[in-house]
Amino acid sequence: MLNNKMKEIIYGLSKKYDHRSSHLLQILRDIQAEFHYVPKDAIELLAGLLHIPRTRIIAVVEFYSFLHLTPRGRYELLISDSITDHMLGKVDLMNYLSNRLTIAVGKVREDGLVSLDNTSCTGLCDQGPAGLINGYPLTNLNRERIDIIVDLINRQKPLTEWAESLFLVNDNLIKSGLLLDRPITQGEGLSASFKRGLKETLVEINSSGLRGRGGAGYSTGWKWHLCYEGPEEEAFCDINTQKQLQRYVICNADEGEPGTFKDRVLLNSYSHQVFEGMTICAAITGATQGFMYLRGEYLFLYNKLQTILSERRQAGLLGNSILDQNFNFDIEIHLGAGAYICGEESALIESLEGKPGIPRNRPPYPVTQGYLGKPTVVNNVETFLAAAAIAVNGGEWFAKVGTEKSKGTKILSISGDCKRPGIYEYPFGTPVQDILKDCGASDVLGLQIGGPSGTFISNQEFGRKLAFEDLATGGSFIVFNNTRNILDVVYNFTHFFAHESCGFCTPCRVGTSLLKKQVDKIVNGHGSAGDVVALEELCQIVKKQSHCGLGQTAANPVLTTLERYPELYQSKLKKISYEPGFDLDAALDTARRMANRNDKAAHLAQIGEDHE
Amino acid sequence: MSKTLTIDGKPIPFEEGQTIIEAATAAGVYIPHLCHHPDFTPHGSCKLCNVKVNGRTCSACTFPAAEGQDVINNSKELNDDRQKVTQMLFVESNHLCPGCEKSGNCQLQAVAYHLNMLDNHFPHFYPKREMDASHHDVLIDHNRCIFCTLCVRASQQKDGKDVFAISGRGINKRIIANAQSGLLKDTDLEATDAAAHICPTGAILIKRTGYQIPIGERIYDHQDIDEVSLVTEHSENGR
Repeated sequence: MLNNKMKEIIYGLSKKYDHRSSHLLQILRDIQAEFHYVPKDAIELLAGLLHIPRTRIIAVVEFYSFLHLTPRGRYELLISDSITDHMLGKVDLMNYLSNRLTIAVGKVREDGLVSLDNTSCTGLCDQGPAGLINGYPLTNLNRERIDIIVDLINRQKPLTEWAESLFLVNDNLIKSGLLLDRPITQGEGLSASFKRGLKETLVEINSSGLRGRGGAGYSTGWKWHLCYEGPEEEAFCDINTQKQLQRYVICNADEGEPGTFKDRVLLNSYSHQVFEGMTICAAITGATQGFMYLRGEYLFLYNKLQTILSERRQAGLLGNSILDQNFNFDIEIHLGAGAYICGEESALIESLEGKPGIPRNRPPYPVTQGYLGKPTVVNNVETFLAAAAIAVNGGEWFAKVGTEKSKGTKILSISGDCKRPGIYEYPFGTPVQDILKDCGASDVLGLQIGGPSGTFISNQEFGRKLAFEDLATGGSFIVFNNTRNILDVVYNFTHFFAHESCGFCTPCRVGTSLLKKQVDKIVNGHGSAGDVVALEELCQIVKKQSHCGLGQTAANPVLTTLERYPELYQSKLKKISYEPGFDLDAALDTARRMANRNDKAAHLAQIGEDHE
Repeated sequence: MSKTLTIDGKPIPFEEGQTIIEAATAAGVYIPHLCHHPDFTPHGSCKLCNVKVNGRTCSACTFPAAEGQDVINNSKELNDDRQKVTQMLFVESNHLCPGCEKSGNCQLQAVAYHLNMLDNHFPHFYPKREMDASHHDVLIDHNRCIFCTLCVRASQQKDGKDVFAISGRGINKRIIANAQSGLLKDTDLEATDAAAHICPTGAILIKRTGYQIPIGERIYDHQDIDEVSLVTEHSENGR
């Protein structure tokens, strides 16, 4: 039972958010941080305070990886399971850590002090192996650092007393271009927009050819225009009514695609410009409220971003009468809690409303019915950054860089087997080989472009170009050298999708888990004739029939590598026509013990005669 | 003037605001489905009703009908995929038809018959699932839940209650009951609620009513689900 002090804490947390159920996820994050789980009685109390059924709270807790119904350790330690961490020796380190802490992965130590588990990519691929402790990042992990961490935990030192160097996150900005060379000054984009006129600024955004930087590449100007128009009945209403309609601007900072970390850097060093892009979008679309949905893994940026928002309010760039115009707008930051799916815009909106992040049915699209059913623009961090620069420099400045269908530059997160992992900005149209040279990659086997949901390209394809017409990407660029095994990569990515599937639709919920089983079977050497064909058939169903982008791309790791290396898959198959799905001989074990027999005739061969 | 789309080449009239499946049902065209029910808001999760609309895959139960749409429904390609999706539902949970009270009245089983599903194709998950028989009149067997959310929607939209919800993520989804104990007996569910009768499978059953109609004499023992569905879900007002 909750004692009075705990009740007070929960009441206080709920009150902090005005007992609004849209802030449920934020409240639950705080409860988890306080108690290291969400106690049953807290759920009961909260259900009353927020006037929602307890089942909704349980559903939210069970949906997000960072929330728990049973106690975690007072030190919640998570180690990133991204392929890039694996390449930096994660498995060995995890074993070492597990031994040193004397707990198994996935468990809480008996004294309740510490828990250890895996987590999806933490966005620190350029300085891994990485992890999170009570939500804060630990970088460049090695045995020495682990010894220090284990000692600090065992001595129960509060995180505030830990050496700052353990939490140090570097930008690693290695190559800047059009956008990153010259960030705009505070307020420059807004002043330019008001001076030029908002309609005229939208014309510039349109003529810049800017397309969404999250990967899908929808025209930014068109999206803003559609949001301004709203649903059909609003599109034709008079201008005064139009101005009073509620609209929202959301910045998608839920950068969860493994291998992507550029938004981490943009938010750490260019957040003024990102917020400015959001504010310009609000001025153009008529929104008065904005949200930044910050992935839970970037908790360490939260206070810094809040400080920047305060600075902007004080400078008259947020709040009421921005730049003395008849324009009010403010931005609230919401934190995620460990769910890759929330990078999908409609799942993100559900999550912002305090629900499990389950993608909506479309239509309607967010531009007409988004947050709380109102017209909403959802754009990527980098899109807002670029839009702010375009507002200052004009559409032409941006459009003259890049290719016909991909204007401007793309900011890449480069990691894996290269000398200089970090952030690189390139004009669209840059060939892959130039990028590999810059980052110091040699003896390259292939690349994963766009993360697990993207595509694998082999070393025969390095002439291909970075562009929506050829290799579209949200920015993840992972290099593999010739010592790597492609099937290890496929295995890691396939497990990732099964873990991150929201479970809403059948083909993805069941299909991603079936894919995992089938890939495991082949990779572990239990596949036989027909298993690769079965794998490909399964891939096609998951790809074709799934509800959203997660399911539709979950089979890409298999499909893109199977297309390039079919012999690799075939070589893992046993040369038998069929292997039973369970161990026949082991199944007889109980019977043998009961009959007290262990002679040859009491054993069964697992397989028939080999064909060879 | 009503508008028209085509399904498998046949002109189908529809009214503004209808989904593709509503237009199809009103015109006597069956599109396989499990999570859709005409009385409740569409959900779009089972994906059996996926059709091709102008070449693009869409869920017929959520996608709005529009003038001139060219819809492919009854094609070999789609039905093959529907069969596989149905098989996924079978292997995900523990559906053992011969021992299930719902056999013959079960829509999952009936859709499987309709799609000529002859085996489970995929490896079974055999998850360990519980049964909640705490309620005086209603029991829930989690082994047979397909996460269609019809009980969730029926409870909210018809019974004016909030008895059920879906919790969990990915393959670990589960249905939960709205009571502090988590048990069905402590919810306000009554045997007369729509939510207690809506389950398309044998996951939610009314106690003491089992086997009153012998297996062999049940709905889908003699009729294909396409005929049954069109009769029960068709409504004159074309909703």
